[in-house]
Formats: sequence, structure tokens, C-alpha cells
Amino acid sequence: MRAVLFIVMSLCLSIFAFAAPEDQDIEIRAKAVGHSLRCVVCQNQSIEESDATLAEDMRRLVRSRMKKGDSDAEVIAFMRDRYGDYVLLKPPVQSNTYILWFAPFVLVLLGGVWFFVAARAKVATQEVAPLSDEDRRILDAVLNETD
Amino acid sequence: MIRRFAPLIIFAVLVAAFGYGLTRDDPRILDSAMIDKPMPEFSLPSLYEPELMLSDSMFKGQVSLVNVFGSWCVACVQEHQTLMDIKQSGAVPIIGVDWRDTREAGQRWLARYGDPYDSVIFDEDSLLAIDLGITGAPESFILGKDGRIRYKHVGIITREIWSREIKALVQALQNEVPS
Repeated sequence: MRAVLFIVMSLCLSIFAFAAPEDQDIEIRAKAVGHSLRCVVCQNQSIEESDATLAEDMRRLVRSRMKKGDSDAEVIAFMRDRYGDYVLLKPPVQSNTYILWFAPFVLVLLGGVWFFVAARAKVATQEVAPLSDEDRRILDAVLNETD
Repeated sequence: MIRRFAPLIIFAVLVAAFGYGLTRDDPRILDSAMIDKPMPEFSLPSLYEPELMLSDSMFKGQVSLVNVFGSWCVACVQEHQTLMDIKQSGAVPIIGVDWRDTREAGQRWLARYGDPYDSVIFDEDSLLAIDLGITGAPESFILGKDGRIRYKHVGIITREIWSREIKALVQALQNEVPS
């Protein structure tokens, strides 16, 4: 009985090893696409990483759509149609995300400009006040002391 | 003067922006991408009769309330009495989507708490749920006579939400003359 069970179990395992090449191809693509799709239940995980049951079903759906001949982009578009931009872990560059994408560069640029303008202004205003007669007398006294 | 306070002002603006953004609303509730789209096409069995296939054509011609539930869903129990009341008032037919459930558990649950549904679609593998953009149960949709989704509610329909938001919408849609 045990031996039979062992053989059956190892056969089950070996199915993965003998998976058809196109299945492997789909698996690789599905993993890549799955990593870019957000699990809508546990929102900071992708559907590949999440243990949520909905993520499990979404993973299965991604694979079945690919088997039916959908391209990666079509699968992503399918999810986006249903769950909106939110399902994409990497926000698309579009009018409502320009601030998100470009604000850091604009800030660095503005900061740089401000830094150089401020530095130049400081150099320009640095004037050395001439010594007063009193200063000179004290300075001379100090310098002559050692002689 | 402005120079001295510039960092403080920038800081205050940031605090205000983050404060607004972080407390605005429940981040779990996503804007539905489905509003005004037609009910997705599907063909799924009825919960009670495995041989009876239900499809999106069942929503044509009448305003309906589609309610996604499951026997595993705790919040659905809370919502259930409201649905029973709606059923009793006859305001709108309610179609259930038994989501990620087993037939036995789903049927037992409805036998125990009462069945407010005109028919129940059995969606074991989230096929319709994902097509509807469901993120959790309960979620409900109001469909117009043309079968388009007109309203979505995430979470429990309380009596208050029903009478304040949904009831009037249902009536307006029922009075709409299909073009």
C-alpha cells in the first residue's frame, strides 16, 4: 500500500518535470505578469506573492488566458479594465501621474538651482570691512610684542 | 523674515498634504472601473441546480441588485437581514453570487439565514468575481434595465445605506424608459 502511494505521489511530482515546453513558457510569462499585478486584497503584494484566495484565482486566470492565446499586454489590459490602474504595481505614466513621476526630478532641479544661486549670492556679498584705526593700533601692539 | 520661516512653511504644507491624503478615505475601497459598463458576460451554474446555467442575459429588462456573498463571509451575515427586508418589500429583485464557496456550505447558509435571492449564481473559481472587479465580500451592484452596472457598493448594505442611497436610485432606474 505504501509503495503504491509512493509511486503515485512521485508520478504526481514528475508531472511538473515533464511539463510541455509551451506550458513552461506560459509559466515564465505568467510569473512576470503576476509580479506586476497587485493583489487587491493585500495591497502591497503582487498576486504571485500573495496567499489570498483571490490572488490564487487571479493567478489561475492569468495562466488560463495565456493558454487561450492572450499576450502579456492583453492579460494586463484585462485586469486593468476590471480593477482600474490600481491593479498595476507600477503606476503608468499618464496625465494623473505626472506629479508622481516627475516631481522628484523637478525638485532636484529646483534645489540645485537654488543652491548655486544662493552660493553665488553669498560670494558676491562677502566684503571685508577695513580695519579701523583702533584695530590697527591693537594689531600693531600684538605684532610688535614678540620683537 | 520669509527666508527664516520657509522651511517651517514647507513642512506645514507637507504635513497638510499627507494628512489629507492619508486620512481621506478607506484605501481598501477602490474606485470601480466597472461603473456604466455592461454586466460582464458569463455562464455559470445555479447554486441549487448544477445543470441550470445562468448567464448575463438574465439581467436584461429589469433593474436588479447583484449581491456577492459567501458562506465564509462574516460580514455577509450582518448584511443579510437588510437583504431579507428588501426582498420582503419587493423593491428590487436580488440576484446572489455565491463566491468561492462549496455548494453544500452555500445552500446550508441560505437555509439557516433565509434566502433573499431570486436566483443564485455559483462562482466557485472567482470567474465572475474577477470580471466584476470584486475585492472582497460583500459587494453589491445595481444594474439598469439595459444590464449596465450603474452603482457599486463595497461592504455591508445597512438599512441606512439602502434607504439613503440605493432605494431612490433603484426607483429612478425603474422609471427610466429604455431607449
